[in-house]
Amino acid sequence: MKHRDIPREEYLMGGHLACQGCGAPIAMRLALKALGADTIVVIPACCWTIICGNFPYNTLKLPVLHTAFETTGSASAGVRAALEMLGKSHIKVLGWAGDGGTFDIGLQSLSGAAERNDEIIYVCYDNEAYMNTGIQRSGATPEGAWTTTTPEKHPKEGPKKNIVQILAAHKTPYVATANVAYPEDLIMKVRKAAQVRGTKFIHILSPCPPGWRIPSEWAIKVARLATETKIFPLYEVIGGEEYVINHEPKGLPVHEYLKMQGRFRHLTEDQIDEFQRFVDREWEFLLHKAAMY
Amino acid sequence: MKKVIMGNHAASWGALLSRVQVIAAYPITPQTQIVEELSEMCADGRLKAKFIKVESEHSALASIIGASATGARAFTATSAQGLALMHELLHWAAGARLPIVMVNVNRAMAPGWSIWGDQNDSLSQRDTGWMQFYCEDNQEVLDTVIMSYRIAESVQLPIMVCYDAFILSHTYEPVDIPDQKLVDDFLPQPPKRFVLNPEDPRAFYSLVTPDHYMEFRYKTQAAMQKAKGTIEEVCKEFEKSFDRRYELVDAADCEDAEVVLVTSGSSTSPARVVVKALREKGHKVGLLKIKTFRPFPAEKVREILADKKSVAVVDKNISFGKGGIFADELKGALFNLKNKPKVYEFIVGLGGRDITPDIIEEIALDTISGKVSESEVHWKGLKP
Repeated sequence: MKHRDIPREEYLMGGHLACQGCGAPIAMRLALKALGADTIVVIPACCWTIICGNFPYNTLKLPVLHTAFETTGSASAGVRAALEMLGKSHIKVLGWAGDGGTFDIGLQSLSGAAERNDEIIYVCYDNEAYMNTGIQRSGATPEGAWTTTTPEKHPKEGPKKNIVQILAAHKTPYVATANVAYPEDLIMKVRKAAQVRGTKFIHILSPCPPGWRIPSEWAIKVARLATETKIFPLYEVIGGEEYVINHEPKGLPVHEYLKMQGRFRHLTEDQIDEFQRFVDREWEFLLHKAAMY
Repeated sequence: MKKVIMGNHAASWGALLSRVQVIAAYPITPQTQIVEELSEMCADGRLKAKFIKVESEHSALASIIGASATGARAFTATSAQGLALMHELLHWAAGARLPIVMVNVNRAMAPGWSIWGDQNDSLSQRDTGWMQFYCEDNQEVLDTVIMSYRIAESVQLPIMVCYDAFILSHTYEPVDIPDQKLVDDFLPQPPKRFVLNPEDPRAFYSLVTPDHYMEFRYKTQAAMQKAKGTIEEVCKEFEKSFDRRYELVDAADCEDAEVVLVTSGSSTSPARVVVKALREKGHKVGLLKIKTFRPFPAEKVREILADKKSVAVVDKNISFGKGGIFADELKGALFNLKNKPKVYEFIVGLGGRDITPDIIEEIALDTISGKVSESEVHWKGLKP
């Protein structure tokens, strides 16, 4: 897909309430360009609760169901069931949750929807912590990162949960990663998801300048480095088995990514080396899986 | 058509006849036969509905909220722990003004584990904004589910239909199952309301600042108050169509009574027997069954009880540190009356302990004689 092929239609209007440099409205804007007007958006408690606008405003030109934190999977399933019964099955249901609402509190209802293979597109826009409440660690926070609940003297322990593997283990028909720094790839994947029957899951990396401790104008640059350092590779998993890597990363050292962000500034050289080893190992795993097909 | 069915199947029939379109439910004793029967009804095509077999009660209600917000007639059923797990979404469904109907088979809360009945599960959801209706027998279960959709879709608030574990849920009684045609006439397609619709895109339940929140809550309270009239109208229409009469409260032998027993749910039936027997012995006793707990029929209660000598409230529930929950509500309703009856509180039947006619008779005689204190909570059927 070429940049010029990105649809011109806009479903995200001006006046939204995101912070400067936030990846979340970029992700939404691109995803909705791919999905078009016949879409219902389901949003649990997350940054997008705010971004979407206070009552009586709606920054989207689409119907939005705001729902409880842990219910993106189940509420989306309910919307889908109603659409089927009301003869409106052509309408797409987009569940749109943050990392806390997906990796942590909403994992159960997401797993239920994925296991039933409900006809929904579930997007997790991942900014790697509970940013809306003020940067508390989530199951998506990378090892070693500072957050307000993992202070520098006791940073985040344990690696980030591998949500893609969790969904792949459900044999979900279509699972993919995407990154707001690669809009053509992101749109291609959301479009593809809309063509697949059953549950679709797209994990989008979404930079958060206040939470990552970066200037807002660096957001896309930092997000791109996450992929080019292989920390956040772009790939698809078809039917839970077929791994396809969509972008060959430059393989830059992780240091290039970490050094730009205040949340990693306390890391020692040894810790950065360990981070590098972890990323290299994960990349090898991914290559192995991709090589099976 | 008369059928001998258990209370749970009466609930399933109620949902079937109401032509619900989306069901989402999770199994829990003593509710299970409701969802088993509905699964059969969906599988063999008698009921054209999507049944989402969710992974928890929390998800059950979340799915039903999603379905109702999209415009479908939606149903779920649960008990005790399941209802407690739904708590967050009970607030959500009511705040969202969705016409959802849910059956709650009253079961005691753990610990210790109990699958048997009392009302603490639903009564502890009192302030969530749901209407709550309590049923005395299986016929009332079926009828109340059907009436509830009419009421909920008119008032735009969700309704919880409650009945006792095992005493009704698993007990077979003859139930008249009305013709679908009659039900269709009584309960037409739901009236138009705002729903999720790409042709008219709106955001539902978004962030509400202090500039607007209070007005939403005011409207919910106003809807609850208005619901009392709606319930009465719907009950009257139901009687016209089906020749069965229900009311906010059911007063029996109250007109000349000096002492009135107040009950809810299935404990009303043994109380009817006791009142009859005591009347034959010359005691001026009456019975008041409270069907609608929310909205609380305060006006009706005042009208019926104002000139009575004393009232005994039979509570199959307890608000710890206070007393019987129906008794508390009743006292609140009577407080501003100039001449008000003495109200005696009796706790019975917790965790499924039998409420026998003997126990109810003891309560009645204690109240008639006035030998128990009105400032204490009296436990009946309690082991020494």
